[in-house]
Amino acid sequence: MSLKSKLHETKMKFQGKKMAPAFNAIHTFLFAPNETTHNGSHVRGADDLKRTMNTVIMALVPVLIFSIFNAGYQHYAGLNGFPENFSLMEHFLTWENAWIGIIKVLPLLAVSYGVGLLVEFIFAVIKGHEVEEGYLVTGILVPLIVPVDTPLWMLAVAVVFGVVIGKEVFGGTGMNILNPALTIRAFLFFAYPTWMSGDKVWVHQARERSEQILAGATDIDAISGETILGYLAQNKGAAMEAKYTVMDMFWGFVPGSVGETSAFLCLLGGLFLIFSKIASWRIMVSAVIGSLVMGLIFNGVVDQGWIGETSKFYGLMSFDYWKHLIVGGLAFGIVYMATDPVTGAQTNRGKWIYGFLIGFISVMIRVFNPAYPEGVFLAILLMNVFAPTIDHYVIRGNVNRRMKRLKNAVVHPKDSDGKAVELQAETV
Amino acid sequence: MSKDIRIKKGLNINLVGAAEQTLSKAVLSNVYALNLNDFHGITPKMLVKQGAEIKAGEALFYNKNNEQMLFVSPVSGELVEIERGARRRILTIKILADKEQQQLEHPKLDVDKASSAEIKSYLLKGGCWPFIKQRPYDIIANPDNNPKAIFISGYNTAPLAADIDFALQGKEAEIQAAVTALGRLTPGKVHVSIAKSGNSILAGLNGVELHRVSGPHPAGLVGTQINKIDPINKGETVWTVSPQDLVIIGELLLSGTFNAERVVALVGSSVKDPKYYKTKIGTEVSTFLYGSGVHGENFRVINGDVLTGAKSSQDGYLGFYNNTVTAIPEGDDYEFFGWNKPIFNKVSNTRAMTFSWLMPKKKFDLTTNTNGEHRAFVITGQYEQVFPLDIYPMQLLKACMVKDLDEMEQLGLYEVAPEDFSLTEFICISKQPHQQIIREGLDLLHQEIG
Repeated sequence: MSLKSKLHETKMKFQGKKMAPAFNAIHTFLFAPNETTHNGSHVRGADDLKRTMNTVIMALVPVLIFSIFNAGYQHYAGLNGFPENFSLMEHFLTWENAWIGIIKVLPLLAVSYGVGLLVEFIFAVIKGHEVEEGYLVTGILVPLIVPVDTPLWMLAVAVVFGVVIGKEVFGGTGMNILNPALTIRAFLFFAYPTWMSGDKVWVHQARERSEQILAGATDIDAISGETILGYLAQNKGAAMEAKYTVMDMFWGFVPGSVGETSAFLCLLGGLFLIFSKIASWRIMVSAVIGSLVMGLIFNGVVDQGWIGETSKFYGLMSFDYWKHLIVGGLAFGIVYMATDPVTGAQTNRGKWIYGFLIGFISVMIRVFNPAYPEGVFLAILLMNVFAPTIDHYVIRGNVNRRMKRLKNAVVHPKDSDGKAVELQAETV
Repeated sequence: MSKDIRIKKGLNINLVGAAEQTLSKAVLSNVYALNLNDFHGITPKMLVKQGAEIKAGEALFYNKNNEQMLFVSPVSGELVEIERGARRRILTIKILADKEQQQLEHPKLDVDKASSAEIKSYLLKGGCWPFIKQRPYDIIANPDNNPKAIFISGYNTAPLAADIDFALQGKEAEIQAAVTALGRLTPGKVHVSIAKSGNSILAGLNGVELHRVSGPHPAGLVGTQINKIDPINKGETVWTVSPQDLVIIGELLLSGTFNAERVVALVGSSVKDPKYYKTKIGTEVSTFLYGSGVHGENFRVINGDVLTGAKSSQDGYLGFYNNTVTAIPEGDDYEFFGWNKPIFNKVSNTRAMTFSWLMPKKKFDLTTNTNGEHRAFVITGQYEQVFPLDIYPMQLLKACMVKDLDEMEQLGLYEVAPEDFSLTEFICISKQPHQQIIREGLDLLHQEIG
């Protein structure tokens, strides 16, 4: 008996039972279901939600692979200094680097998927609906936006919080107001701030070693792992530039959250998502424009001499406007987070406004609040909250157009009973 | 005078099994049937009893809400069965046809001299009124209304739809008579849309406003054309008639008889020899289905096109409004890793490892598989790519689902019919039943606001 018919029989056995959604989730993972249309459109397009989510995951796989190597690369660079005459094969794509990634990044991924999907399955069984695919993308986003040394238990707690409070209480996939991955990130940030910010969390072992040194250990070297934004926030622009070139920032050979560093791979992923028509190009383009505009404004303020070199904002404000796009998590956020269709603006015009404000506010938070050198996730969460308002006004525009048309419409004759007036042949 | 309408948003679904332009005569059917589901929102009251002998064109039942609105028999014969469903609702009325057909004859009507009231009562009595549909609500027109305009789409863009110019050739006189009569029923215009290219038989009509339409499906849907020409406002009514029904209306006006004859395109990948058949409303589908031959056993017969038709069966009957019958394979089988492998043999509006965008000319052999499970609305911006109306489709669907009457009204529910959402339903990633949602929304609005 083939696997197909065996699974079909099992499905029939589960039908109507409590555990049916759990079985069906696994079954439909292996086989596209045998469901047929009833009425309405008798044929249907090829895409379903699984395929859509899978496309986003495909766009994230290069980022994940890069992050595995970068975890090791940053660790060893922190210990031994960055190599001179950098060569991709010799210094970056090495087993040593990969091993650090495998023991640090893959467990984050496993915990994120394991815990998140467990919560989804439990809710699906309790509420008796199918397991929806929303978490497939969230699950891979989460490990990519946290610091590499985030303890697994901490991530598990955050995932449970994010999925339950961020999504399930609103009714599950498609109903949530806030991006679940960013809800998880925000929970971590505010619940465990010492693990999530500062100059000691971005590189593997940096925090551990500094604690040991503080405790009096003398036989180990400290690892410094300040991010570029961290340098700038402390007005150490010159030190940063001595350490990292613009190309380092673009390719992503810099410290940061696990998968956010490579603007190049985010660009590739973004192009892929736009080409496959899965993510909104409107949001991506307008977010880029928004961040450039804000960056230009700050550059202008510095050029005018309104901000002196001693100001605490000088480092970030004088940072070339376009470089904001290749440092920190801005590129990653624009491509993979802002484009979440459920929590973003849903109308085409609304998407322009929504994206622009995300870019604009991200750079603003970055510059003005050095306590949050990374403003992207806060900007997106803020705009998630305002997305329905933006849509509301865009849709009102359509409604008002309809009202105006009604006002200008020619009224056809009706008699006092509201019945049509008999039209004489000669009047026509 | 003609005005051009150019549609950019949309999607042409090219399918295997288009009808070859040859006309055959279908075998005569023994039993003819009227399916009451074709007449949405009508409460029928029978006028004749089971076993009665009736003539073709004689009334079988009337609309309980409007006793003048008669529904007539397509053939003469004996009423053999009134099939009823739950709560004795009438489902189908079956007539065993006579060998010698007898026609009920009405006195002829001189359209040029008749008043609109006379035309109305003539069409109501003659059984042709049900061919006139109205918007809002997409139901049979209320004869008491005074439509601001009448719309006729002479351009079929739906997948595998019958070619109107081929099916209606030689019927120009009937169509002209029908259009002239309809022109009397509205103070506004009769808008006729035809394809931008080609010689439409409707191009020479007098007394109409002609529009030339181009672009992908749904350019040919009358709802699209209404939205571009003269959108419906709250409180207004427009009427729509299909060209094949104009022929029957015209024949009634010219000869005084209800002639249920109709040219039907038999199409779809399950048909061996897809072509046109001359037959009658209510005929057994098998009378021409097997004439063309079929592939396999497991296929679905659809009254109408694949996007908007009604599910029928091999022993079903031709619907009252249809000039297309489609047979496509059932897709009730599993597909290994169907959700992530590259797809070359299905139509998609995205490029998410689906490659129909590479093959714009390819004809696809689609089945009835849903290609995925029902989900909540997740993806945005997809419907807008195939929905040319100035309406927010997803927001309107959601308003219908939560039964928010104000929102439904403000977002433009008066302007649409379920068929306008057939293409968004086709591409829907969440596999939501759009047409059903809109239908229920329209019914609710009709019931609450009237």
